[in-house]
Amino acid sequence: MTTSTLDRAVSPTPGVGTKGNLLAGTGQLVRLALRRDRIVLPLWVLVIGVMAAAGAGAYETLYPTQAERAALTATMGSNPSLTLLYGPAFDLSTAGGFTAWRYGTLLPLFLALACIFTVTRHTRQEEDTGRQELLSSTVVGRYAPLTAAVITAGIGALATGLLMVVTLAGAGLPAAGSVAFGLGTALVGLVFVGVATIAVQLGEYSRTANGIASAVLGATFLFRAVGDSATDISWLSWLSPIGWGTQVRAYADERWWVLVLLAGAALLLGTIGYRLLPRRDVGLSLIPARPGPAEASPGLNSVLALSWRLHRGALIGWLIGFAVMGALYGSLTAGIGDLLGDSAQAEQMIQRMGGSESIERAFIAATAGITAMIASLYAVQATLRMRAEEVGIRVEPLLATRVSRLGWAASHLTFVLLGTALIQTTAGLFMGLLHGLRVNDVGEQLPSVLGASVAQLPAIWVVAGAAVVIFGFLPKAATTAWAVAALFLLISMFGPAVGASQAVLNVSPFQHVPKLPSADFTATPLVWLTVVALALLGAGLARFRTRDIG
Amino acid sequence: MDNAISISGLHKSFGRTKALDGLDLSVATGEVHGFLGPNGSGKSTTVRVLLGLLRADKGTVNLLGGDPWHDAASLHRRLAYVPGDVSLWPNLSGGEVIDLLGRLRGGLDTKRRQELIERFDLDPKKKGRTYSKGNRQKVAIVAALASNVELLIMDEPTAGLDPLMEATFQYAISEEREKGRTVLLSSHILAEVEALCDRVSIIRNGRTVETGTLADLRHLTRTTISAELAGHPNGLSRLEHVHDLKIEGNHVRFDVETSALDEALRQLSSIGVRSLTSQPPTLEELFLRHYTDTSDSKAASAS
Ligand SMILES: Nc1ncnc2c1ncn2[C@@H]1O[C@H](COP(=O)(O)OP(=O)(O)O)[C@@H](O)[C@H]1O
Ligand SMILES: [Mg+2]
Repeated sequence: MTTSTLDRAVSPTPGVGTKGNLLAGTGQLVRLALRRDRIVLPLWVLVIGVMAAAGAGAYETLYPTQAERAALTATMGSNPSLTLLYGPAFDLSTAGGFTAWRYGTLLPLFLALACIFTVTRHTRQEEDTGRQELLSSTVVGRYAPLTAAVITAGIGALATGLLMVVTLAGAGLPAAGSVAFGLGTALVGLVFVGVATIAVQLGEYSRTANGIASAVLGATFLFRAVGDSATDISWLSWLSPIGWGTQVRAYADERWWVLVLLAGAALLLGTIGYRLLPRRDVGLSLIPARPGPAEASPGLNSVLALSWRLHRGALIGWLIGFAVMGALYGSLTAGIGDLLGDSAQAEQMIQRMGGSESIERAFIAATAGITAMIASLYAVQATLRMRAEEVGIRVEPLLATRVSRLGWAASHLTFVLLGTALIQTTAGLFMGLLHGLRVNDVGEQLPSVLGASVAQLPAIWVVAGAAVVIFGFLPKAATTAWAVAALFLLISMFGPAVGASQAVLNVSPFQHVPKLPSADFTATPLVWLTVVALALLGAGLARFRTRDIG
Repeated sequence: MDNAISISGLHKSFGRTKALDGLDLSVATGEVHGFLGPNGSGKSTTVRVLLGLLRADKGTVNLLGGDPWHDAASLHRRLAYVPGDVSLWPNLSGGEVIDLLGRLRGGLDTKRRQELIERFDLDPKKKGRTYSKGNRQKVAIVAALASNVELLIMDEPTAGLDPLMEATFQYAISEEREKGRTVLLSSHILAEVEALCDRVSIIRNGRTVETGTLADLRHLTRTTISAELAGHPNGLSRLEHVHDLKIEGNHVRFDVETSALDEALRQLSSIGVRSLTSQPPTLEELFLRHYTDTSDSKAASAS
């Protein structure tokens, strides 16, 4: 008996297939991954880890009196459009309960995204680049790369949770609630590490794997949002790991057993991912790539047609995201007065960002700006696609045909410029429609909200222009375009709140857009923004026309 | 006959790396021209300058009577390019890539396309990475050969092909030659060049070191002579073009350049020849000499 069990455990070829060897090299790979992520990983751990504590500090200033705090649960906590975004409110009368509510869905969402990207980056993306094949040919066990990626993302998730516990407790919140919140968030992260281990077996490219896992994340967020705001189908929230995170009820009589649910889900998903791994080959996927047509359709006869094939997947994804975001904001607008409760400070802040006395109009103006800033990220992503094509040596064969450099760049920039217009308009359309329906005045609200969104386009195109300039002049440092977009975003999002000087605020193109519908429409700044965008595009393209390709 | 390609004194540096250092190249219309050189000698850089992808630092480049930098798009209607490293779009099938590239060049011979796909045993329905390196290469080769163009520029096109496909490729190129197309074929495989090319240019460190027909080049190679003489061999070491001379008693063995063969044999027969064997010159030896000289000269400059 004993012998036969042992025989089965040891594989026929000595040294191959034993457990130790399947994980051989994991330690080295973890070190390599941590080294590659030595800037990115600490950055997301830090930002996600301290955000809640920073928010907790503001509670005292925003709601100084006991009366104000007591009213919060009744006003904000029962507003369905707010629970849609933030989840159910259990106790808003304490700083802890308020923090857990305010950050209990968004921080786990961000952490889950970070975990997904970390896992795919160290598994699929390595296979995409062919580096994995090189590594696999050395003494690296079959499960080592996945294990290393899981450990790396796990370290990030747990470090984030720990930092949350430390900073929240440090901010004077109860220890038990802080542990529940930190641990709950970390476990949501681990659940999506599990989701990612499956996604990387299914998707053929890191892009696909990221897409699958992000779609699962989006769906679970949506389940929770709907379940939390519509009481008769509240069971939907229990289908969502993010929902479980809020159901831990940190700072409001913690329910510790929910953490076991999260840990169990993480383990289960991870096990499935590990089981799937041996069923596929390195570089290939479980979902076999469907064969394509043997001949191209007549329409595939220009670089524009090719660019459409390359951009359409991402564009459709962004379009859906912007429709949902617009709908969410739209349904939130009418209840915005409740969101701020009786806080005079918070009201002032929104009014300063949105530039209006009317809090709803100020909110519309502010959200049009926020969607525009997010749309500018799409502009950067789509512009950098050109660089990806260049680095991937897929441009040269095209430029060796009668396609000119400008023609090729124009085919991509079409999707950058029209794509941003499309998603931004869609967000405005859905926001205006839902807000209009809610206040029974679509005829008035829709054009006004849509106008506020569309007015942002020249500012978005300035960001696109900056990305093109970087692509033209500094192709090797093309990713700095992200930093530029992030800089504009931070200036416009947090600049007014921290009292930055006008000179600093003016750096961001979004600062110059008239804050419709509260402010009056003035064409001059929009004309100037358009001129700047065109000048940047022109300069970047002129340089691209004369620089070396590669 | 005019030239499809003429390059003279071409310089191109990448930062401190001198990729091309006064390269000359001329390819006559209608010929298959071999472009040989060790790895990193500047073949791909030359091709990329020819395609207007890189801007030359110095020198003149003429491609099909135009300037490849300024007239890129219009010249490209008349040529097809096969890169050494082919990367395909993940969501396009091989067949779609062939058609797209053909259409972007301005037309594709659909009959020839079908014929080539069969001959190269290519599955046009697969996508992107599901192709092996060799099959990606075939996609680019079929796309180029099925296009109606005057000039084919190929940068180590057979790097990933198996011997059978290599033979198919050689046959296809010989057909192109019959049709009167001009081919610039960069390679570092001697047998391929020997089988296909009318003329050859050899480059090293960004400079052309030899150019001519294969017969011309054979002329540059050395013959190995081994002889039993009637008396003690003397006078041979004085001859300028004799190398690696070894003397054992009356037996002598040496390499001699073709230009000095006559003189060396006269010297031998003046002593009296009992027996003589000679090994014919091979191109391989010439190439190896050019290839290894690189490391020799480096070693020499280092010491
Ligand atoms: N984009 C580039 N940046 C820097 N160096 C380069 C670049 N392209 C080529 N080189 C260098 O130029 C030299 C010639 O390269 P290449 O033309 O690719 O040689 P070959 O094709 O003959 O192997 C090499 O030393 C190579 O490292
Ligand atoms: Mg090369």
